[in-house]
Amino acid sequence: MRRPGDFRARQHPAYWAFLAHRLSGLGLALFLPVHFWALGQALTGADALEDFLRATDQPLFKFAEWGLVVLLGLHMMGGVRLLLIEFGSGTGLRKNWIAGTAGVGVVAGLAFALALAR
Amino acid sequence: MDALLKVRVWRGARDGAFSLYDVPRQESQTVLDVVTHIQRHLEPTLSYRYACRVGMCGSCAMTVNGRPRWTCRTHVAKVADGDTLEIAPLANLPVIKDLATDMSEFFDKWARARGQFQGSATRHEPFATVSPESAERQAANAGIECIGCGVCYASCDVVEWRPEFLGPAALNRAWTLANDVRDVAQRERLRAVAGDVGCHACHTQGSCTERCPKQLQPTVSIAGLKRLAGRAAIRGKL
Repeated sequence: MRRPGDFRARQHPAYWAFLAHRLSGLGLALFLPVHFWALGQALTGADALEDFLRATDQPLFKFAEWGLVVLLGLHMMGGVRLLLIEFGSGTGLRKNWIAGTAGVGVVAGLAFALALAR
Repeated sequence: MDALLKVRVWRGARDGAFSLYDVPRQESQTVLDVVTHIQRHLEPTLSYRYACRVGMCGSCAMTVNGRPRWTCRTHVAKVADGDTLEIAPLANLPVIKDLATDMSEFFDKWARARGQFQGSATRHEPFATVSPESAERQAANAGIECIGCGVCYASCDVVEWRPEFLGPAALNRAWTLANDVRDVAQRERLRAVAGDVGCHACHTQGSCTERCPKQLQPTVSIAGLKRLAGRAAIRGKL
């Protein structure tokens, strides 16, 4: 039996990878409607789009953009890992790819932060 | 090492509570030794299940400090949190009493996943020749040592979220048979495991593979079934 809130059985890298993949996927799914809405501003004229793009220069938007890049990095690597488990030869939970996912997330985050700072 | 181990043991069925027992510690003591000590010396009405004590029968699995394990092959020294131990019945299975769970549904799912071998040859025909080096035989070998202890089933979040899910052990069994070249019920088996509660419901969390006491990899078996089912669907043979 497992009591609600008891996460002791889930403490292993493959579960963390699942969580990272699921949460980053949800984050990206939430972003998409906003993204399409922003692109849709172009349909109402260049000014509307320009106004919106100017608003995105604010630090809060930049921070959200940084988060987006990190989520993309995590989700992409997590997805490749799942594809390798499901379609690749060989066996195992591909924990090297879990480490790689975390690494790519950190590198993407740092590189984008550097690009923003310049 | 303290002289006494403080052991919290689940008493009751679904509704119940942990009872606390003091058990003398011994060298090389297993969790099953602890439970047996409690039943023989402290709580004669404690219900639990075991048979072989050496990791062959798969009947003594319980939740030890939050994780499903074989109690017979788990040393207290390896899992005790200081001088405390928490022992509960397996998750995802109805509790009959105390540490004994009802495994009927677990094994019924093996049957629903068509976990029975179905051959076509009779005893009058020669033995089938299967090369040990063939890819099918190797894939079957990788999963065939399962003894049905239920640790993977108790670890699986998908079973918890969706109780009809066939679970890692039944799907692993189906995968070993899907690689048995003598079996003639392949299409029926693939249909049985390719539905809503079959292989495609797996979220690849890997808890089954992580916790399997025999280091089997049900995650890999389920991925194999997904590939077979996908290929069959594309060819219109599902």
